[in-house]
Amino acid sequence: MHTAVVKPSPAGKLLWAAIAIVGAWCLGVVALRRGEPINAIWLVAAAIAVFVIGYRFYGKFINESVLRMDPSRATPAVLRNDGLDYVPTDKWVVFGHHFAAIAGAGPLVGPVLAAQMGYLPGTLWILFGVVFAGAVQDFMILGLSVRRDGRSLGNMLRDELGPVAGVVAMFGVLVLMMIVLAVLALVVVKALTHSPWGTFTVAATIPIALLMGIYLRWLRPGKILEVSIIGLALLLLSIWAGKYVADSAVWSAAFNFDAKALAWLLIAYGFCASVLPVWLLLAPRDYLSTFLKIGTIMLLALAIFLAAPTLQMPAVTKFIDGTGPVFQGNLFPFLFITIACGAVSGWHSIIASGTTPKLLASEGEARMVGYGGMLMEAFVAIMALVAASSLHPGVYFAMNSPSALIGTTAQDAATAISQWGFVVTPDELLNTAKNIGESSILSRAGGAPTLAVGMAQLLHGIIPGEGMMAFWYHYAILFEALFILTTVDAGTRVGRFMIQEIAGLVSKPLQHTESWTGNLLATAICVGLWGYFLYQGAVDPLGGINTLWPLFGIANQMLAAVALMLATVVTVKLKRERYVWVPGIPACWLVVCTLTAGFEKLTGPISFSAAAQKYAQAAADGKLLAPAKTAEEMQRIITNNYVDAALTGIFIVLILTMLGFAIRAIVRAWGINHPTAHEEPYVALANVSTH
Amino acid sequence: MKANLQAIRKWAVQTARLCCGIPDYDVYVKHLREHHPDRPVPSYKEFFRERQIARYKGTGGRCC
Repeated sequence: MHTAVVKPSPAGKLLWAAIAIVGAWCLGVVALRRGEPINAIWLVAAAIAVFVIGYRFYGKFINESVLRMDPSRATPAVLRNDGLDYVPTDKWVVFGHHFAAIAGAGPLVGPVLAAQMGYLPGTLWILFGVVFAGAVQDFMILGLSVRRDGRSLGNMLRDELGPVAGVVAMFGVLVLMMIVLAVLALVVVKALTHSPWGTFTVAATIPIALLMGIYLRWLRPGKILEVSIIGLALLLLSIWAGKYVADSAVWSAAFNFDAKALAWLLIAYGFCASVLPVWLLLAPRDYLSTFLKIGTIMLLALAIFLAAPTLQMPAVTKFIDGTGPVFQGNLFPFLFITIACGAVSGWHSIIASGTTPKLLASEGEARMVGYGGMLMEAFVAIMALVAASSLHPGVYFAMNSPSALIGTTAQDAATAISQWGFVVTPDELLNTAKNIGESSILSRAGGAPTLAVGMAQLLHGIIPGEGMMAFWYHYAILFEALFILTTVDAGTRVGRFMIQEIAGLVSKPLQHTESWTGNLLATAICVGLWGYFLYQGAVDPLGGINTLWPLFGIANQMLAAVALMLATVVTVKLKRERYVWVPGIPACWLVVCTLTAGFEKLTGPISFSAAAQKYAQAAADGKLLAPAKTAEEMQRIITNNYVDAALTGIFIVLILTMLGFAIRAIVRAWGINHPTAHEEPYVALANVSTH
Repeated sequence: MKANLQAIRKWAVQTARLCCGIPDYDVYVKHLREHHPDRPVPSYKEFFRERQIARYKGTGGRCC
């Protein structure tokens, strides 16, 4: 059934023409003006125009022609209304919930790393990636799930591609999750290394959360907003107190850790936090980080609009040739791997087939929630890119380059970075560190610190004052760390359930989530898996992020490719072959990107095996290469690189297997002359009593 | 105007709670009364505790 197509009025046509012209003009300024710095507002305006046009035209086209969402059809929320999981909910509430679930630290990290190639490549990939791939994936998976009782991605893959495909994909999700947790934890490690102020404030979140948990459990049950305000006040207090901790010789020594120690602390924390009852630590911190996240995103938007910073990073740097210090590899495919969340993120397919499809009151609202929600996340990514690009490029490279390339003193770093063509003095680097209340800004890769400095400068431009920069910097670090710790905790739990399910195939009793043996064992395995990669990152010669972020990107884009393959298969199975390119082209693009990046990481100059061989050669010659100080450490770096290479190999096999299943399903469905997709039967909304 | 503000407030509270995995309590009570009059209606405290635990049992409610 089709909804009646309303012809646009002349005024409407005029408005859209005006938006298109303004958008094209802004994009032209962003893309073509060379030699003189441009204002960030051009970039923001271009992004808004592209998103609005993409939503109005491409989103609508997918809605009406490809998915054929039908407002007259009853949704799972209406059919299976249980007042708890399945509830027909106001579309704005669903939108807010969906956005809060998809927006995380990812869109804030990737664009910051990608800024090493200049702001233009990242901007273009975010803008066009989201319209033609990311939002398409989120929207289509949401649409498919709504037509299938709100079933999960794994279940839909099993139904449409076969049982083995479902198992393979779920294995991929587990591996992806371990990498996600390791990389995110590493971002925290990088931000807190030798930073007593930051470490104190992040550590303070633990007692604050415990206090909130007890308050919420016994004193004022269920008063989330109230307890979150108290928690926020205590957090701000801890940022203020952090300055005194950093200034005191005794206390600053107590909170001063190197990367290895922090990695062990996080591993221990992850284990303890995920076996405690959820109400005590996880839930209260989850509330706090959810509200803080939304608040901070709004603060960032406000800061960018009010401060209207000039982009100091060139549009395109020489590092598009693959010689960049932040991550290795050419623009193709590594830009498309580095910026995952924000342009297209496979993880969203799990959320779009999780709670959201069970809340939609009408199929007509899926476009706004699915397509619109992802556009919002892309906007967050654009803002992160603006914050990073508005920094002095010298400061940006000092913060994001590994010490193997820029040394460990401000003098060495300034010399090295100036030689790359980004002239910076040691004083500028030292001053930046002093302004934000830290001893050093060098080699703090991982996005969070760079974004924090960018945000601190923007906010300081609006609200000046002595010491405010340091406050804003530590606020931004705290916000990201709080959010990441919540993800680590919740992710470890989910990983534990997945591992227990797999263990249950071997020994039934291990499957009981109430059994302490099974519980502790599965938690230990889960923490051990991500902890291995975290520790590896902490001792990595290139600083960790440089090595692990591509692995994360490949895994995340691999999942996106799988989700888009599912959408492609279903489009063919519904006999809508003429639209197969809508999910098909982005699926192919992501397969090409992940496979190319995978092969380059497997063999060749920037591969894990090349790094392993370099260290093996040195070890054979009896030499030590930094940062290894002993023969054992040399050996460990070699092993780590071979593990990473093996993991890359697994990803390649995984994606090829899924591609095989998808092609088989497409070929079969193409030959059959009637629809074969596993949709639930049509029930008219009018026939369901909705009281 | 006042009605508008109240509607916005209700939306904000409902969204904020749902972001934390707590669905609307009034809607649930209404649902129970209409469809399952035989079942006991939990207090908000009981409802809150049950939902709090249920949120972290699924397969990942958040993104990276």
